[in-house]
Amino acid sequence: MTMRKYTLKELEAWNERIEKIVKDENLDCYPQEFEICCYEDMICYEAYVGMPSHYAHWSYGKAYERKKTLYKYNVEGLPYEMVINSNPCIGYLMRDNTLLLQILTMAHVYGHNDFFKNNRLFCDGTRADYTNERFKNHADRIRSYIQDPSIGYERVERILDAAHALKFQTSRVIGIKKISEEEKKKRMLKKYYDEIKHTSILEEKKDIPFPDLEKIPLEPIEDLMGFMIEYGKLEEWERDILSIVKEETAYFIPQIETKIMNEGWASYWHYKILNQLKLPQNLHIEFLNRHNQVIRPFLGNVNPYYVGFKIFEKIEEKYGREKIFEVRKMERDQSFIRRYLTEELCREMNLFQYHSRAKEVEIEEISDEEGYKAIRNTLASNTGMGSIPCIKVVEASPKDRSLLLVHEFDGRELELAYAYETLRYAATLWGGKVELRTIVDNTKKRILCDENKNIFLKNE
Amino acid sequence: MAIFREFDSRGRDRSAEDRRRHRELVEDSIKKNIGNIIAEESIIGQSKNKKIKVPIKGIKEYQFIYGKNKKGTGSGTGNEKRGDKIGKDIMKEGQEKAGNSEGEDIYETEITLEELIQYLFEDLNLPFMKRKKFSEIESEKNFKRLGYQRKGIPPRLAKKRSVVERIKRKKAYERGQNQNIDNNEEEKRFPFKEDDLRYYRVRQDVRRESNAVIVCIMDTSGSMTLTKKYLARSFYFLLYQFVKLKYVHVEIVFVAHTTVGKEVSEDEFFHKGESGGTYISSGYEKALEIIEKRYNPEVWNVYAFHCSDGDNWTEDNKNAVASAKKLCEICNLFGYGEIVPGYYTRMSTIKAQFNLNVKYPNFSIVTMSRKEDIVPALRRLLDKEKGLEE
Repeated sequence: MTMRKYTLKELEAWNERIEKIVKDENLDCYPQEFEICCYEDMICYEAYVGMPSHYAHWSYGKAYERKKTLYKYNVEGLPYEMVINSNPCIGYLMRDNTLLLQILTMAHVYGHNDFFKNNRLFCDGTRADYTNERFKNHADRIRSYIQDPSIGYERVERILDAAHALKFQTSRVIGIKKISEEEKKKRMLKKYYDEIKHTSILEEKKDIPFPDLEKIPLEPIEDLMGFMIEYGKLEEWERDILSIVKEETAYFIPQIETKIMNEGWASYWHYKILNQLKLPQNLHIEFLNRHNQVIRPFLGNVNPYYVGFKIFEKIEEKYGREKIFEVRKMERDQSFIRRYLTEELCREMNLFQYHSRAKEVEIEEISDEEGYKAIRNTLASNTGMGSIPCIKVVEASPKDRSLLLVHEFDGRELELAYAYETLRYAATLWGGKVELRTIVDNTKKRILCDENKNIFLKNE
Repeated sequence: MAIFREFDSRGRDRSAEDRRRHRELVEDSIKKNIGNIIAEESIIGQSKNKKIKVPIKGIKEYQFIYGKNKKGTGSGTGNEKRGDKIGKDIMKEGQEKAGNSEGEDIYETEITLEELIQYLFEDLNLPFMKRKKFSEIESEKNFKRLGYQRKGIPPRLAKKRSVVERIKRKKAYERGQNQNIDNNEEEKRFPFKEDDLRYYRVRQDVRRESNAVIVCIMDTSGSMTLTKKYLARSFYFLLYQFVKLKYVHVEIVFVAHTTVGKEVSEDEFFHKGESGGTYISSGYEKALEIIEKRYNPEVWNVYAFHCSDGDNWTEDNKNAVASAKKLCEICNLFGYGEIVPGYYTRMSTIKAQFNLNVKYPNFSIVTMSRKEDIVPALRRLLDKEKGLEE
């Protein structure tokens, strides 16, 4: 065992002082638990998305190997902190960290803890009280299917592979009530009758077709996972696996949607707290070094710790302490950036916008009076779920078992090789042929995947 | 007040099963592409222990993602100007998150040629090859280690294992003492005990070695172009690797023929072109002669293989069939590989003759026209040997 640079008693003593500051500053946290583990356990937790229990799949083995290799070759330092959105909130501390790193991590974790408990997306989209039970329940269900002699490992893996491929094709908006099909039908009819009424009086009678109320889905939807659960050619246990994966994605979407804010908030607070701790000089110097390391800008990229930290600092400077609490409650990355990434901040961070092509990267905009808006908008639309293409289910025909998907094109093209393979997974779940419409090189394209999983690319 | 606790895995290696499955998928992916990998020119002629880099496709986690042609934002130095072109490599920092960026999942794995060959032949699931009765040319005495035991003589002390045993005992002791992490006491001496010591268990091992010879016969007449020779070469190379797996000592003989057969060096065999006509029988006769002189079939396992484009002169066909029969009688396995330039070439006369007249269970005819055909051809040839066993 390596020499430990601190004792548990020391950690507890520092934690007590941190908790006091947390309280005085009006952070509102779940009860906190810290688990101290070695780096291998840390990698393992990281591979299984931080969860104490999680169902098995080879992709987590791959993640583990990858992280371990990177760590071995020192390509990537281990994260100082990992924390999960649960009540009580669990934070992991790596045993080999120095005392200062543990103090810094603990303070940082309280920032996340407060964010989990108070940000609107987490309140509406997740149930922290049940996080662990839910993941354990998922693991148990998957295990029971694997152990079921009539199902078995391979068939479970086949469905999990496909579910993982499509997992982000799900409802993106949190906290909006799903409209029932009946309600949708009513609205369609109302819209139709309204339209006829208006046109018949003032203008020539327009030819408005009666809405097709038998259409599946009634109108295009982005929740492909939900659609597969309802309409895919699947057995009951297969639907259940899909709903497990869908639930897990729903749990993580708030984190994906608030990466910059969440890290910015936690960094803002570890900085505030450690400055109040009256650290001995040697620790204080280490703190400043580590802090600068965490929030350093990434050349040519966006470091969420950095950008988030800077924006929160600036909001406080401009609008006062109250405001940052309100912002952490109400916003998500996209709105956070659109509202609060000012020209001044863009300049300070030297943000630029580039266009990446096959061979080269060209700088398109820089942070000046005209440029910053473009930069802000691009960053906002690339962040969170905006970094994942939106594919909508437009029409399913049960008769010839065909499914039409349309990529909501916003200027960004799909990676075709990936689209082909993903389409094959969609065909697996759908149990028939699938077509995807998209745009490549300014040309409308149809990608077809037939029943035998053959792929054809055609012009529309 | 927050709770602190030490993580205790209770000896469970949580990701072990998922890692195993992932590795299995990687191996499957290698196996699937092995035909292409192994026929790569760069591999042919490498020594078996040299590590070669094999690009592995797959084990990607596919999702709908955006392609490379897109806009992005990043931090700069402040000196950037519109229209500046920058290198891709400086954009790498912090690009890690899976799921929403195109992961460069094509990675290369290092693997030895021997491992590749193992993979290749694993599927064939060949029984141990039939060996000649009198093939025990040499035998060798050896001490083989077979695990550990608690008693033994000092020279056989297994030091590493003994240390492990001591650590195990120490850990158990500490657990018994319920030591926890704030115990900062200086480490006490914890000496070895008799109980910790382990010794190697050994067994005398007698190895019987058997020898094999591969006779490569090739048509080097004018019609055998470089591409055809390359195919033949790849084929021989793999055959050689395979036979080497099975026998301790493998010799290889090269016989080139046009209208006369002669024994040549490896280099001449593959690189020297000749012009003139083709008497296949001349090559076979030469092979028979060499086998008779140097590789008594009573002692040697003989593998002969002939590559040709089938362009034999008609007057030789009868002789060729006769000597092919002779080869079948003395060889473990005799194969004829016809290298044809395209798919729709009609069967050559000689191949038809062989098909009709050489009816030996250890004779095999394969056809190759592209490098992708090599591995299947080899499989077919070796399946023959498998058939002989049953």
